[in-house]
Amino acid sequence: MAEEKKAGLFEKGGKLYWLHSTIDAFDTFLRVPGTVTAKGAHVRDSIDLKRVMIMVVIALVPAALFGMYNVGYQTALATGASWGFWKMFFYGLFKVLPLYVVAYLVGLAIEFASSQIRGEEVNEGYLVTGFLIPLIVPVDVPLWMLALAVAFSVIFCKEVFGGTGMNIWNPALVARAFLFFSYPSSMSGSSVWVHIPKGMSTVDAFTGATPLAIAGEGGKGALDAAGYSFMDLFWGLIPGSVGETSVIAILLGAIIIAWTGVASWKIMVSSIAGGLLVGWLGQLAGSGIPAWYHLVMGGFLFGTVFMATDPVTSAQTETGKWIFGFLVGALAVVVRLWNPGYAEGMMLAILLMNTFAPTIDHCVVSSSISRRQRKMKTA
Amino acid sequence: MSNNIALKKGLDIPVKGIAAQKVTKTVVPDVVALKPTDFKGLLPRLLVKEGDSVLGGSPVFCDKQNPDVLFTSPVSGTVKEVVRGEKRKLLAVLIQADAEQKKVDFGARDAASLSREEVKDLLLRSGLWAYLIQRPYGIMADPALSPKAIFVSAFSTAPLAPETEFTLGDRTADIQNGLIALGKLTDGGVHLSIDKGSEIKSPFAKMENVILHTFSGPHPAGNVGVQISHISPIRKGETVWTCPLLGVAAIGRLVATGKLDLTRKVAITGPAVDEPAYVVTVAGAPVRSLTAVYEGVRIIGGDILTGKILGSNGYLGFFDEQLTLLSEGPEREVLGWAKPFRFNLFSSSKCYFSWLTPKRKYNMDTNLHGGPRAFVETKCFEDVTPMGLFPIYLIKACLAGDIEKMEKFGIYEVLPEDFALCEYVDPSKNDIQDIIAKGIDLMIKEMA
Repeated sequence: MAEEKKAGLFEKGGKLYWLHSTIDAFDTFLRVPGTVTAKGAHVRDSIDLKRVMIMVVIALVPAALFGMYNVGYQTALATGASWGFWKMFFYGLFKVLPLYVVAYLVGLAIEFASSQIRGEEVNEGYLVTGFLIPLIVPVDVPLWMLALAVAFSVIFCKEVFGGTGMNIWNPALVARAFLFFSYPSSMSGSSVWVHIPKGMSTVDAFTGATPLAIAGEGGKGALDAAGYSFMDLFWGLIPGSVGETSVIAILLGAIIIAWTGVASWKIMVSSIAGGLLVGWLGQLAGSGIPAWYHLVMGGFLFGTVFMATDPVTSAQTETGKWIFGFLVGALAVVVRLWNPGYAEGMMLAILLMNTFAPTIDHCVVSSSISRRQRKMKTA
Repeated sequence: MSNNIALKKGLDIPVKGIAAQKVTKTVVPDVVALKPTDFKGLLPRLLVKEGDSVLGGSPVFCDKQNPDVLFTSPVSGTVKEVVRGEKRKLLAVLIQADAEQKKVDFGARDAASLSREEVKDLLLRSGLWAYLIQRPYGIMADPALSPKAIFVSAFSTAPLAPETEFTLGDRTADIQNGLIALGKLTDGGVHLSIDKGSEIKSPFAKMENVILHTFSGPHPAGNVGVQISHISPIRKGETVWTCPLLGVAAIGRLVATGKLDLTRKVAITGPAVDEPAYVVTVAGAPVRSLTAVYEGVRIIGGDILTGKILGSNGYLGFFDEQLTLLSEGPEREVLGWAKPFRFNLFSSSKCYFSWLTPKRKYNMDTNLHGGPRAFVETKCFEDVTPMGLFPIYLIKACLAGDIEKMEKFGIYEVLPEDFALCEYVDPSKNDIQDIIAKGIDLMIKEMA
């Protein structure tokens, strides 16, 4: 009875029809829509975008959980506190949770409002964006900055283009870029990566610098001197953005989204190849950093697996994906090695390649079509 | 004989309800319908009125743009009703069948001795011209043209499609005659494609006067459009014709006996059918005479990807050799998208676990399984389109109505049915066949 009443109120002509996008969103979130096919194929595959998006979120869970633990671990390490595993985890959880609350509240509010304006059902795309954003910022980023960045990104990078599926740049990365360029002091340097509670002092050896920054200054020698081995970087108990540090957690996610086909393994493989190649060239040129170190430092792998593979903003043709991924990896390491200003190059590399993805696709498609037409003429 | 063409891309949808290879009954309908809506591009001009008597093969309506193209009654009887829809659009002509069937005699001939003009004249007068489909655009063949070639697919890979060896394997003489007659209409020859798997025992492998090809692979390997794109792709300015194998058999029988015979074995298939099997009947037979009808079950003329909804009071279409019964699926599962397993559902993606049970057949319904969205995942389209095209680019060109791009991305080579699998796999739930159909309509309008 209550349900019927609700339906009447929100249906076309009903008093609260203007709220129908919001109601629809909650309704289809809770229960699969009962819509049956009206045109064309009478049966449809069980997959929908909600399922695709939830797959990405599941794949991100290992990195998120590890990130929470690592936040606590780094604080304990820096302050010399002797905390147990759960203490570290819950400490991190309570530091990271506000980031999630802000990212989702601000992002979803804008998403709902713009769907309402467009008169469409609310898209599930933000589920992933909102899950990504807290993982790619330093844990100490002020919440108001995060809110501002999320608002900027969702409005200017997504909604003005028409919402999920229409955007040119990855919204999570645009949020990070916004923070990076607007508030550099909160996004870089060596004081933002590890949360030091007020009133607690750090141990003498603590610097707070990320391995990426250390390596950028002094190469592998400096990393060794700071006590970071390759395996340390691989397991990920190091300072850095919340979710980006653990290679093993990211690889778990990579397996999930590559196997389910949600993300392109071609982009992942070619990005790693591009990073290794340029890293190796850099090594020859005397960078002092072994090529494979680039894969385990900073946001390289996280970007490769979760950002570069975004199906909306990456290349859409299969050949284009190889090219796109390769250039992302290569450019990221180029920025790392030959740019004195920024320690990390992944964000800029992906955003730049997002811009050029349609161009790559255009070239791939045009050359394929003209090849086919030549073949048809001789046939 | 050319080499086998092995296709890798595509998808066989594992739906329950394939017809057992037996004929359960022969239905002699008391009323049949001839529906202008079965023929794409037809503007019908009615040639009979209610109460007129017709013979099997007498004209019922013709094409306004091309009055030589006649559409004829499958049975002898009396015109019972002319059914019209909005704006007096002609929807169907119902014919009450006589107890004793009489047919127009078009004269029995030897197929090999006929000239091109004689074949054309025979097909136009008998109503079997309607079986010839012209590409680009999938419209009725223009009798003024001589096509580059004629293509016939001797097998279907569509979900639960009738097995041609069972339905037409006993009509090889008709088919041979039909192929010879069709060969007269083109200088480019008749291309016949058979299934690689049944190559040795296929009754159609021994056909003469054709260029034989074998295809293997999942659906849509049996679609004639896919076969054309691998045998001899359509370039701008070219036309080819296609003819379903059933049409070839009907043409062959017409030539040999001089009589129009539209009987066929119809596969009654689908998860909502108790005992899927075949019935023998004639084009236009009422659905109710062929199968039991149920509440909440959709009755489709054709397969689940490209068929039309007939309804329980509908009539079998001119081209239909299959009925599919499918439960409507308006049930709403709580948090369905988030449930980890959902073992009762099939998905071609690996986001569900149906890849663990590759042999299992599923009880499918008409639920959309989601809401419409912008295109996000597009690789899935390429995985099911073995035509050397970029499906998403053509779809977007059609959406934009950009003629130049539609040409570039291959609109001349495709029909909506070639995009049926894209529509099936699309996580964004777009009506892709409709998008392509609208693109084709735009091409027809702009290129006229």
